[in-house]
Amino acid sequence: MMRRGFLFVAPAVLLLLAIYVVPVIVLAVFSVTDYQLGALSTRFIGIDNFVQAFSDQVFMRAMKNTVIYALIVIPLGVGLALGVALLVQGRRRSRAFWEAAYFLPVTATLVAMATVWQFLLHPSIGPVNAAIKWFGFEPVSFLSDPSLLIPTMAMIGVWQVLGFNMVLFLAGLTAIPQDLYEAARLDGAKNPIDRFFTVTWPMLGPTTLFVVVTTSISAFKVFETVAVLTKGRFGSEVLLFSLYLEGFEYSNTGYAAALTLIFLAIILVLSIGQTVHLDRKVHY
Amino acid sequence: MARLRSYLPHLVLAAGAFVMLLPFYWMFLTSIRSPAEIFDISLWPIPKDFSAGENFERAARQVPMARFMLNGAFVCFGILAVQVLTAVPAAYALAKLKFPGRKLLLTLVIAALCVPMQALALPLFVGLAKLELLNTYFAMMAPFFLSVFAIFLFHQSFRSYPDEIIEAARMDGFSEMEICWGLVLRGSLPSLAAFSVFSLVAHWNDLYWPMIVVTDINLAPPPLGMLFFADVESGANYGALMAGAALITAPMLVCFLLARRHFIAGITMTGVK
Repeated sequence: MMRRGFLFVAPAVLLLLAIYVVPVIVLAVFSVTDYQLGALSTRFIGIDNFVQAFSDQVFMRAMKNTVIYALIVIPLGVGLALGVALLVQGRRRSRAFWEAAYFLPVTATLVAMATVWQFLLHPSIGPVNAAIKWFGFEPVSFLSDPSLLIPTMAMIGVWQVLGFNMVLFLAGLTAIPQDLYEAARLDGAKNPIDRFFTVTWPMLGPTTLFVVVTTSISAFKVFETVAVLTKGRFGSEVLLFSLYLEGFEYSNTGYAAALTLIFLAIILVLSIGQTVHLDRKVHY
Repeated sequence: MARLRSYLPHLVLAAGAFVMLLPFYWMFLTSIRSPAEIFDISLWPIPKDFSAGENFERAARQVPMARFMLNGAFVCFGILAVQVLTAVPAAYALAKLKFPGRKLLLTLVIAALCVPMQALALPLFVGLAKLELLNTYFAMMAPFFLSVFAIFLFHQSFRSYPDEIIEAARMDGFSEMEICWGLVLRGSLPSLAAFSVFSLVAHWNDLYWPMIVVTDINLAPPPLGMLFFADVESGANYGALMAGAALITAPMLVCFLLARRHFIAGITMTGVK
């Protein structure tokens, strides 16, 4: 019986060691060295990589860009999704249609869709700027004006995450017992806005928290849009993209390992909340 | 006034859906328009000059588009097969068998859930480079052979399987393997379906890891192929570019429209993409 247990978990345990445990240890070791892939000698340099990271202008810019990106994607991606979910929930016959329409971007390959967005937002031949011009405004160079790059990519991020969050909110809304609304109505919450604030919003609390956490994790992992649209030009690097460049293009393995640990720390702080929630949700 | 109010939600939803669907519509429209109509910004669905054949042919000629799709399918199904083969027995043992270290393993699995693939990429890349395995299908698949998420999910689902049935099956001489695959997994087919969708979508769309381990264009999965293609065309021929984008997104979009419920359940179950 015991041996059987070991036998059943053996493949998974070996893979867990090879894919998670050993790499995390190796990563930590790399981060305190000046190791470069292919280099002949490697020195122990302590926390120099981390010190360097915080004075590295490119990395700091990437960090700032990622935070700005997240600050746009989180409120809009969560707020709009809640709005859409509230509207979709009330529909009976057309509900399936709206759900599918808003969820479509979630399944689509982002690399391909970013190319489409590049075309849509093109200053001279894209329909978005054609519409802007038709309304009598100056065309906007979404993807060449450095100050607009991060906001533009954040809007694409919102477009991609909206349907995903909408479905999470719909599940949360369905779980609210209908008699609570009845009770609120009897207690004098006459209009829908009152009922939203007395029933829906408090009951939706755990769902909202979960949605905010997952949205921020995916915002900090933004990579594809940058890889397709700007390749980090005009100071539009984000965390994962600068990590990719240092580790895999420039082969600064030791330095990239330190950057990875910083990235991992951010994600871990964000995902502890998520795992706690996931754990509880399934235990119910 | 009352009528307007009852239509208002539909109007708002329609305006939003227009933005959500515009890229798909534009992609499709441009892929069947002739390059001469590139300056035509009208959304009229029928092109003056139907040139879908030309655009798709150019997309297939410039880069090995069919090859990208096959690479993607091979890698995705390869990953899924190994994930299921390793996760199901482990989840069964964690849920139904007693062995020392069970608690520790479960804790490790839950801890590993928090670690994103991108954080492991660097050491895995160095390891694969030392073993001279870069630019192989194996390198593209290996980091995903173990899905801690699958173990976690199946563990939760297997736990509710009645112990009495397992005991009875043991009495009848079923082997533990037969119980695991034939009885317990059969009771969790919805979880298996949802996980399969999640895994296939995630790896079909993944760019980060293939971009690291693959430089040989013949091994590129669709997203990396699309990136190569966009660089080759560099905005010169949008018709062909959109035809390529349409080809790459089509499998997931078609599957989504056919099995909408399963897709939504599979992708959102995780909370993480």
